[in-house]
Amino acid sequence: MNADTGFAAASALKERLVVIGNGMAGCRAVEEVLARDPERYAITIFGSEPRVNYNRIMLSPVLAGEKTFDEIVINGPEWYADNAITLVSGDPVTAIDTAARTVTSASGRVEPYDRLLLATGSDPFIIPVPGHDLPGVVTFRDLDDVDKMLAAAESGGHAVVIGGGLLGLEAAHGLSLRGMSVSVVHLMPTLMERQLDEAAGWLLRQELERRGQTILTGANTKAILEADGCVAGVELEDGTRIKADIVVMAVGIRPATALAKAAGLAVERGIMVDDHMVTSDPAVLAVGECVQHRGACYGLVAPLWDMCRSLAAYLTDAPQGYEGSVTSTKLKVSGIDLFSAGDFSGGEGAEDIVLRDAARGVYKRVVLRDNKVVGAVLYGDTADGSWYFDLLKKGEDVSPIREALIFGQAFAQGGGALADPNAAVAALPDDAEICGCNGVSKGQVVGCINAGAHSLDAVRSTCKASASCGSCTGLVERLLAVTLGAEVESGPKPMCKCTSFTHDDVRRNIVEKGLRAMPQVMQELHWTTPEGCSSCRPALNFYLLCAWPGEYEDDQKSRFVNERLHANIQKDGTYSVVPRMWGGLTNPRELRAIADVVEKYDAPMVKVTGGQRLDIFGIKKEDLPAVWADLNAAGMVSGHAYGKSLRTVKTCVGSEWCRFGTQDSTGLGVKIERMTWGSWMPHKFKIAVSGCPRNCAEATIKDFGVVCVDSGYELHIGGNGGIHVRATDLLTKVATEEEAMEMCAAFIQLYREDAHYLERTAPWVERKGVDWVRAQLLDDPEAVGKLARRFSYSQKFSQDDPWAARVAGERRDLHAHLAQVRPLYLETV
Amino acid sequence: MLTGKWLDIGPTTQIQPGSARTLPVAGGDEIAVFHTMRGEFYALVNKCPHKAGPLSEGIVHGDTVSCPLHNWRISLRTGEAQGDDKGCTPTIPMKVDAGRMFLLREAVIGPVAQNGVAA
Repeated sequence: MNADTGFAAASALKERLVVIGNGMAGCRAVEEVLARDPERYAITIFGSEPRVNYNRIMLSPVLAGEKTFDEIVINGPEWYADNAITLVSGDPVTAIDTAARTVTSASGRVEPYDRLLLATGSDPFIIPVPGHDLPGVVTFRDLDDVDKMLAAAESGGHAVVIGGGLLGLEAAHGLSLRGMSVSVVHLMPTLMERQLDEAAGWLLRQELERRGQTILTGANTKAILEADGCVAGVELEDGTRIKADIVVMAVGIRPATALAKAAGLAVERGIMVDDHMVTSDPAVLAVGECVQHRGACYGLVAPLWDMCRSLAAYLTDAPQGYEGSVTSTKLKVSGIDLFSAGDFSGGEGAEDIVLRDAARGVYKRVVLRDNKVVGAVLYGDTADGSWYFDLLKKGEDVSPIREALIFGQAFAQGGGALADPNAAVAALPDDAEICGCNGVSKGQVVGCINAGAHSLDAVRSTCKASASCGSCTGLVERLLAVTLGAEVESGPKPMCKCTSFTHDDVRRNIVEKGLRAMPQVMQELHWTTPEGCSSCRPALNFYLLCAWPGEYEDDQKSRFVNERLHANIQKDGTYSVVPRMWGGLTNPRELRAIADVVEKYDAPMVKVTGGQRLDIFGIKKEDLPAVWADLNAAGMVSGHAYGKSLRTVKTCVGSEWCRFGTQDSTGLGVKIERMTWGSWMPHKFKIAVSGCPRNCAEATIKDFGVVCVDSGYELHIGGNGGIHVRATDLLTKVATEEEAMEMCAAFIQLYREDAHYLERTAPWVERKGVDWVRAQLLDDPEAVGKLARRFSYSQKFSQDDPWAARVAGERRDLHAHLAQVRPLYLETV
Repeated sequence: MLTGKWLDIGPTTQIQPGSARTLPVAGGDEIAVFHTMRGEFYALVNKCPHKAGPLSEGIVHGDTVSCPLHNWRISLRTGEAQGDDKGCTPTIPMKVDAGRMFLLREAVIGPVAQNGVAA
């Protein structure tokens, strides 16, 4: 369709303003000019779409069926007529001649200008994978795209949306409402990662999954699959295939600069403009998504409006200058409240204030720098989004309301008394409920404090407030402070600075509430940081792994280097490698392989360890997989000398050779090591088996020690040969190898399930008391069997040699360098 | 690859979020390139200011990395040690454009080396 509303002839004496682009920016710019000086310009607008100007950001509601096209039209035909604007639609401009000051359209129309305005917008970015040009692969940019999606949705079926950003999720939502089964494929680990942090992204993901969408993150599209000349599915880099009747590419946009570039205007990522939106040619201006201003390109609507105002001011000789925009985002998906603004990436001097309300599914994070709001992420409750955004834009000092800031505008500005959270708690009526789990009112808590409960623990053990899920801990602490003033006794130490929960609280909640992912733990337990720290992440990773064997997926990012690289880092950044030698036994083949590795990789040192193994030093991280391949070839697997896991089972030679030996200590040591290797634990774990009370294997300073005697096996626990030497406590004595092994498995599992991360058995046994440990294992005749079975179940998922997987090519990126840089001057030497 | 102000070190997909990879420089300090969980990229000399530990192997949280040797926390933005520790690791200006990572060439090989004086 071609349309020409033709008013040009009537205005021959006016300056000619030609606008390329009939979209939101182009038309808004014209509106702004007309508002300032309606008589100044004779205006012609070229649009490539064969229709009037509509609100592109409302395409999502059109797709979702919440609006019709007519409802999103901004300027109908009468607007062009009333303002004597010539609209040339469906006939895109194909060339600009800046010397002659004319533009030429596809149909050959040549239009002269005095001022030219480029508002060409942006083009959707198409990832160039095989099959990207198949019928059924669409973008989400204009009404034609929406029509294609609606046509596909009519017959139901499967849709795959590539891109989990704002646009992709809105497309997915619309298609899902239209009855399609939708999968979202997103390259990054977090949905909308440019607007959301990990915590909010996780909440969003949960909600979308609850609504039936399939969300695949960290998923790299490899190809779009074809059947009968049409799209049939999507294949990911990891080999996953997803069925698709339609594929929506929504991975991002790029400023549409081709026309400007061809005309010789300065273009980088976008068309370069100054503060008055003037390009490198003084007669040519540009506005909207196609421009680059002070290094920034924008893809949201609010900056467009700011630009249009500055542009119109300049075109009507009252320049005011554009200084860039701070942007905020809301997701237009009904029922999901989400807001993001400014810079929430943290950084130097940035402080996070985080509020999580698990029961309401709320996550709020405000980022401050120099006492000013610089960013905000809100999920579940966005009522205060505009207030935070306002504070952000004004750059006001918020220190007077800092304490109450996160609770929102009503609370923070509710007047002097309420701005102090202690005062707010003091102002609560006596019958206000403090602890929902146990139904405890404020009056009861205060009564119990006045009756002598002067610490959090004491309150928990008397009136039970905050003794269950713990989410009211903060309130109870404030009540203690308000009631007692400075006399509050400090409670148990929290796990780390990110939380007020102790290790025990966290472990208990993971199991009781069935928390199965790290962001879920952080949300439910009110973490005060967005993504935890290097202290809580490894601990949570272990607790989840221990609670949900076979189900929880180990998070390599939360592992210390040694457990990520399956070797021990040394002070010079090289690694030491310890292959497993079961029970300390070895043979010529293994020794030859080790000797060969030492020579082949020029290892500067080999040493016998305290646990009867051979340690090869000075291996570079890039050589590790090759070293392991050589050791694997000789039948050796990882010795886990690097892990919070079973290290070694040290043995003496026992009854097979020793004239004093009472039992086969080496044989039992090998069996125990075969049973326990590979298990992740709170800390390293060492075992020894001595063949007689002379105890040559030093079993009484190990985490678990077996001392063989004529009548059976003495089992010892909680020994340590480190800084604080601790001899073991005798746990019990058993008659057979089988009983000794079962007790060993049960003890390890008890330790795994109860101890704090990075707590060795010695301090753990001292903290809990050896009587407690005995009671757990010996009082109930079935306890040992149950614990041992849980241990053996979890071992099913941990007894794969991690070295073999790396040799086979897993996580090559952890070992290989990105590239090597050789400066020119060195190459010529 | 050998000319221009920016040195192209390849596509961003080579570094998983929440981790780092290394870039040895002949005649210079090895560089660690970080990709944070929030999708940002940073490049630093791969040496902790404390005992020269390889920062590339530390746990990344927010825009800091905890050194694998003694757990110093280093800002990825500025290279400064955080908390009570004092020290600074040099940073290398980098940018990401169209899915590829670029390091400022003069910061990678150093102004002295560029003049061909040192080696």
